[in-house]
Amino acid sequence: MSELKIVGHSPSRIDGLDKVSGAAVFVDDMDFGPNLLHAEIVESPHAHALIRSIDTSEAESMPGVVKVVTGEDYPYTFGLYMKDRYVFARDRVRFVGEQVAAVIARDPKTAKRAARKVKVEYEELPSVLDLSEALKPGATLVHPELGEYECCPWFFPRGGTNIAHWRKTRKGDMQKGFAEADHILEDTYTVPRYAHCAIEPHVIVGRFDAGDRLTLWSASQSPYTQRHVMAEALAPFGLKHKDIRIITPYVGGGFGGKAGVSMEIIGAVLAIAVKGYPVKVRWNRAQEFYNTYQRQGVVARIKLGAKKDGTITAIEHTMHWDAGAYVEYGANVVNAAGLSATGPYRVPNVKIDSVCVYTNLPCGGPYRGFGYSEFHFGLESHVTRMAQELGMDPVEFRKKNAIAPGDTLPYGAKMNPGNLQEAIDKVATAVEWGKKEEPGGPGKVTGKGFALFWKAPAMPPNAASAAFLKFNEDGSVNIAVSGMEIGQGLLTVLAQIAGEVLTVPISKIRVETPDTDRNAYEWQTVGSHVTWGCGNAVRSAAMEAREKIFDTVHRAKGLKKESLYLEAEHVKSTDDPAVALPLKDFVIDGIMVEDGTWRGGPILASGMFMPEFTSATGDPETSQGGHPNVHYTVGAAAASIEIDTETGKVRVLKAVLAADVGKAINPVLVEGQIFGGLLQGLGTVLYEEIKYGKDGRLLNANFTDYKIPTAMDTPDEIVPIIIETPQPDGPFGARGVGEHTMIPAPPIVANAVADATGLRIKSLPITAEKIALALKGIDYESVRGNYMGLCFKGRPEDYEFKTG
Amino acid sequence: MKKIARRTVTLTLNGETRTVDVSPSDILLDVLREKLGVKSPKAGCERGDCGVCTVLLDGKPVRSCLILAIEADGHEITTVEGLGKDGMTPLQQAFIERNAFQCGFCAPGIVLAATALLNENPNPTDQEIREALSGNLCRCTGYDSIVEAIKAASRGGRDE
Repeated sequence: MSELKIVGHSPSRIDGLDKVSGAAVFVDDMDFGPNLLHAEIVESPHAHALIRSIDTSEAESMPGVVKVVTGEDYPYTFGLYMKDRYVFARDRVRFVGEQVAAVIARDPKTAKRAARKVKVEYEELPSVLDLSEALKPGATLVHPELGEYECCPWFFPRGGTNIAHWRKTRKGDMQKGFAEADHILEDTYTVPRYAHCAIEPHVIVGRFDAGDRLTLWSASQSPYTQRHVMAEALAPFGLKHKDIRIITPYVGGGFGGKAGVSMEIIGAVLAIAVKGYPVKVRWNRAQEFYNTYQRQGVVARIKLGAKKDGTITAIEHTMHWDAGAYVEYGANVVNAAGLSATGPYRVPNVKIDSVCVYTNLPCGGPYRGFGYSEFHFGLESHVTRMAQELGMDPVEFRKKNAIAPGDTLPYGAKMNPGNLQEAIDKVATAVEWGKKEEPGGPGKVTGKGFALFWKAPAMPPNAASAAFLKFNEDGSVNIAVSGMEIGQGLLTVLAQIAGEVLTVPISKIRVETPDTDRNAYEWQTVGSHVTWGCGNAVRSAAMEAREKIFDTVHRAKGLKKESLYLEAEHVKSTDDPAVALPLKDFVIDGIMVEDGTWRGGPILASGMFMPEFTSATGDPETSQGGHPNVHYTVGAAAASIEIDTETGKVRVLKAVLAADVGKAINPVLVEGQIFGGLLQGLGTVLYEEIKYGKDGRLLNANFTDYKIPTAMDTPDEIVPIIIETPQPDGPFGARGVGEHTMIPAPPIVANAVADATGLRIKSLPITAEKIALALKGIDYESVRGNYMGLCFKGRPEDYEFKTG
Repeated sequence: MKKIARRTVTLTLNGETRTVDVSPSDILLDVLREKLGVKSPKAGCERGDCGVCTVLLDGKPVRSCLILAIEADGHEITTVEGLGKDGMTPLQQAFIERNAFQCGFCAPGIVLAATALLNENPNPTDQEIREALSGNLCRCTGYDSIVEAIKAASRGGRDE
């Protein structure tokens, strides 16, 4: 391959002017004229109750109210991987804040007033608000109908229990593995729920027009998946996929929260309810917290065995997930963790149990890291402890056990390329591992922490990407894909990929945001897979366009196709140095030949990519036999911190993160993921914590009480390190990196806190308060206020890993 | 229901005099977006926590979700639509060159907060920049690229 001219360089983003000038249009910015209607939701005040009756008459009689809609009209379920969710609660509500009805009115204020006039009579039921209670025989059931729900073939729900899915991975011989170990370490770690906190709240506008077409303008990461899930759910209305059109302009952050279908289904059915009128459903910040998806909480037990020389012999990792009231998406988070909870280590004997438990809390679901953020906290804390108990350096221990290409994965497939050793070495050097930093003053202590990470995209084995590409009269290019620009810089990366193939500068390439009528297919923009998947599709479209260009030139000029190549927007030939045909001269109009007739025509191309080596056919009892993941991105990270021993406040002096991205299409954008993802991860360890009352009510559904990092809360220094071991099936060798940058933040801090103070904190978050109390010898659990961070009321160390 | 008296508000919006009828309870953010067609100030939390509704009121950054439209009567409001009327400012240019945004939802508010900072203090320290931005949440970038862009613009020497 000749030297890359666009890929591997860092041009500024192609969406910069849009976003900095205010030109960027988000769904809530679109105008729909004076007939736009507004919806307000009537919500459940109970965690678990039967709906006895709903009286909408008073609300309906209010001036300005157009219609009141309840679950009565929608007697069917929907969902991405398991159809366990209702458009509106029907016979029962399953979490505080669940939608029970919607009032549609001419203006938002009237809708809000009228929603208060909808009278709902409930009969409260016992609630499932503790994981251990949920798993006891005879427990209250969140979904008595569980056994009847349709679900994907790799889920194993247990009807008559609260277990929605149980992923089991078994490899080797556990007895032998632990018998070979010189040391066994076993402990429990807990991770609470978290909120995505995309700054743009969810919003959808729907219009079902007189021609029976349903158009939805949606703030989403997943236009095609939304169309598909909605088409399935709305089939009773006679709608086909072709009748549903999803338009997704710029979206103000996703982080997984705008994947799949959550509140958007409401916009779809309300539009149908008021045919002819556009209707808007916009979540407020509180709803953003309690009625989209949350990151699931987990209680995890890890038993790790190792030899004196540091060789890991066996791991048993049991995770009980607080998945919430509906798990149509969240159960796949549980599944992903259940396949990979060894972390990036070579472990011969493996037993993983990842159990998805229904609870009466808001829905769990996808969040950047997708299960891996959650289990890496405990695992990487545990790995450091094991090394120390063996008297080994935690970095050396990791180097000894780090997974390498060709090693056998927990489910039997082989590990893909990726240089974890290089990542470890570079991070250790950058953080000056082994050197104790001088504290900045009295009352300050310093410490360092290290962690490895890995993650694979979690998606159906046949998740596909596609692209359309067309040339314009001036040789500029439009690309229409449905991968979403959710901030990561996808539009720019795709322009670079196409530009490299076609030798067209990215300033002459526009990549359009999705419209399912016009843009090519993309499963969803999740799993850090679109640079890889959608990038492959765009590359293939660009190659097809190039082929058509060469074909035109060959037919018009008689030049041998094999001799043709592109350079700086010209077709050239190795046979004749005089040939230099500007693309703009013929990519629409073709080329005139001697007799005055023309050859060629508009250059249009399409490309597609679907992995053809993946399968979800692993054995339910062991997960052996399938190939559920396309590839893992691996890396290492470290933190150097200083703690104020009086206040417990952690100052991150330096954070280092190295990821093997295969090929950085745009290195500055990769670094952008490292800076942003690391800080989001540091938020989950240092500041953020969802708090539930013991009645299941979310107590801090706003940014005053749920603190996310501000510009004042960044590390003093972040060192991003890019490693490039090509991914053979990636565009120019690229693989994903978006989510990974968030994953190691909790364990690097936990390990640094332990290094600085000797305190091993085993439940997230590790707030200043928690550290300060621990330093004073006060047990946090004994002074914890009357709240819980996940669906679990007891002390972590007392949690019994029983499953009925 | 009691009829609420409507008020007429006249303000200078991005250099143009605009007159609009509002209800006394209307917040400035909604009036800008829904009645005056200026969409760059966004609704993110509607309680003053996130800063995406930031506009300049007589040159000072304010949260338009916490201000009633009637309070803006007779005042001057600037949004990014006005800032970049005659081409991107050096600060906006620095944001573009340094990728000081990702999803872009918070960018208009942050550009305005930074514009106000540089008008007051053309050579801010790192700490002063971070303090000036501390009311504007960004969930994507990790802030460092934003701070770098503002520093670059301040070094770039603004001719004012």
